[in-house]
Amino acid sequence: MSDQHEKPVLSTDQPLQLFEKQKRIFPKRVWGKFRKLKWLAMLITLSIYYLAPFLRYNRGPNAPDQAILIDLADSRAYFFFIEIWPQEVYFLTGILIVAAIGLFFLTSLFGRVWCGYLCFQTVWTDLFVWVERFVQGDRNARLKLAKSKWSLEKARKYLTTHALWLLISLGTGGAWVFYFNDAYVLLDQIFHLDVEPSVMGWIIALTLSTYLMAGFAREQVCTYMCPYARFQSAMFDQDSLVIGYDDRRGETRGKLKKGQDLTKRGHCVDCTACVQVCPMGIDIRDGLQMECIACGLCVDACNSVMDKLSLPHGLIRYDTDRGFREDRPNGSPPSVKPHYLRLRTLWYVGILVSVSVGILYGLLTRSPLDLHVIHDRNPLFVTLSDGTIRNGYDIKILNKTHHDKMYKVTFEGADGITTKVQGVGNYSLIALPVFADSVAHFRVFVMAPAQQNPRTPITVTLTDPFTGLTDHYETIFVSKKYDD
Amino acid sequence: MADKIERDDHSGVETTGHEWDGIKELNNPAPRWWLMVWLVTTIWAIGYWVVYPAWPTLSGEGERGGTVGNSGWTQYTQLEESQAEILQQRAKYLSDFEKASYSEITKNEALYAFGLAGGASAFKDNCATCHGTGGAGAPGYPNLNDDDWIWGGSLDDIEMTIAYGIRADHEETRYNEMPPFDEMLDQNTIEMITDFILSDQPAGAPAYADNCASCHGDTGRGSQEMGGPNLKDVIWLYAGTRADIIAQIKRPKHGMMPAWHSRLDKQTIRQLSLYVHSLGGGEM
Ligand code: SF4
Ligand code: SF4
Repeated sequence: MSDQHEKPVLSTDQPLQLFEKQKRIFPKRVWGKFRKLKWLAMLITLSIYYLAPFLRYNRGPNAPDQAILIDLADSRAYFFFIEIWPQEVYFLTGILIVAAIGLFFLTSLFGRVWCGYLCFQTVWTDLFVWVERFVQGDRNARLKLAKSKWSLEKARKYLTTHALWLLISLGTGGAWVFYFNDAYVLLDQIFHLDVEPSVMGWIIALTLSTYLMAGFAREQVCTYMCPYARFQSAMFDQDSLVIGYDDRRGETRGKLKKGQDLTKRGHCVDCTACVQVCPMGIDIRDGLQMECIACGLCVDACNSVMDKLSLPHGLIRYDTDRGFREDRPNGSPPSVKPHYLRLRTLWYVGILVSVSVGILYGLLTRSPLDLHVIHDRNPLFVTLSDGTIRNGYDIKILNKTHHDKMYKVTFEGADGITTKVQGVGNYSLIALPVFADSVAHFRVFVMAPAQQNPRTPITVTLTDPFTGLTDHYETIFVSKKYDD
Repeated sequence: MADKIERDDHSGVETTGHEWDGIKELNNPAPRWWLMVWLVTTIWAIGYWVVYPAWPTLSGEGERGGTVGNSGWTQYTQLEESQAEILQQRAKYLSDFEKASYSEITKNEALYAFGLAGGASAFKDNCATCHGTGGAGAPGYPNLNDDDWIWGGSLDDIEMTIAYGIRADHEETRYNEMPPFDEMLDQNTIEMITDFILSDQPAGAPAYADNCASCHGDTGRGSQEMGGPNLKDVIWLYAGTRADIIAQIKRPKHGMMPAWHSRLDKQTIRQLSLYVHSLGGGEM
């Protein structure tokens, strides 16, 4: 029997690699419209990130005046006029929904602009690459340095680069903690090296993760770790803006020979400028790839090449799938404009508007007072000497205003109710004191004759006598059943 | 072992020479990052063995067996430290609590909260077995939530009851005993007394006055000095039907409350008194 399976012909000098090693990418410097846009986006996003905690916002007495603050110790979150208590995490849910849909909306309109311009992984990687270039020189110098033997020069350059990276990372980790503490106080503490271990821990963790992610993991994060990169294609259609290479115009590519008329051949001169600038290390001329973050740097690179050759821009460009498939004379500007008004985008707008309105409604109608009542479980009721039934309740009053308040509480629904507040201070239900921005607990006994209904519904009402605002809580009054 | 190194045609990787049903194992090295992590964790582990308790031994260097790291840290020392910390935090309150009288405590929010918290946990540990976790009692075990007190419901009375018990083995204990009347009175008289108690039928009044009034009071409203329960309210230590009452007169049941004086310290007993008093029936 002859061997029917032919062995695959593979050279043993070039063994098959099942795993690809991370290729180090040395993006070349580029200048142009999109590069400018990227620097601008970096300036704006980083400024917001670093400066936002230092903004002040006056909330009056008894409340912090930091505009954006997550106060974990007192479990409060502040965002300008918005103040969120732990009971109101649904606001956070709403904000997250808006953020997610906003991202989808942006993607359906402009493609992966988030990835290319705003994502913190992109922004910090960009900054780190800039440092690399600042210390070690541009692509060719960096390549040469990486390949060269260790020398004092190389060590000095690498040390400087990593020191600067760590410094930026420290700034990143440092800025993060300002969102959770009073920024000015903490800044002072940091300068005096007098910070709590937990704060220190966060600073160290974020410093190291920034250093690792922006310094080493870089494009690997976008390609292998980021879930968003994976499911974005679900939001793409033929009208989404993508970066693409116009192969009808570019092919057949080839090096420029002396005296060749470029209008009679493919416009791509195979200079690989677009490949060298790509921070993701891909060749966009192979077609749209998952790795492409639509940063537009290859567009800038190619356009400057086209300028030198006096050819029109746009061999590589932002365009829609429809635009790239359009039949038109070589070199003429694309005529297909993206449709921004599509069912998909309208859907996103619809969701965005309704969730935002919901959040806004919630914020505007947010009650500054809140009442919770827990009926005693053990015992459910107590019979007193004269046959009166007594029930115990724990009541919790949330005063979300920034003023100390006196509230009135009433129990209604059963016949012949009398009440008594248990505890220090001889309080009565007519005036229960609750400090500004805090929760107070009271223990209340409610006495009444045995009711017809063994579980009589009771309405507890909390009133702010000055504003007239109320909150209600439905509970029960448990009493023995009449035997007769 | 294979004598010569064999290479896999497909991938060019050496094989280990092991073969199962024609499938050969490739000798791929572990990824470098994996090796690094392994090395680092190994070094870390060795350092850990030196610093922390790590190896169990039969007798052991440490008092509880096992090696003790050079840091001296064990979970036992950690526990002791955190307990000491709690005691230290409590000490401040405790010394204030010790010095304060009941009337001072009930006016001081912090001390009162401290007393109630301590009392609540001591109650669950010591009292809940008989009186229930909510203090609601059971037949024979008084309900501590209501306003009916056999021996008095002021803070001092409650403290005394807890400290020395009822019919307990302590010289200061409160003691009384209802005699078995089935040896002294006939059935008819006992029934008349029962009807007098339950519905004020005058026929039983003389017999009640002769036999019961000394402990339960002339009108049946009880006497806290004597520990005679109030017979005119709706609360019964044992069940309150006519038959139950007759049975109790004939052959009375008596409960026993242990004296906690020697088992709990004075401040815990005071905390317990505050807690029981706060359940809703405490008398001023
Ligand atoms: S292919 Fe172009 S747009 Fe895509 S990541 Fe590379 S440089 Fe940026
Ligand atoms: S930069 Fe433009 S011309 Fe140069 S290789 Fe890329 S596509 Fe071709």
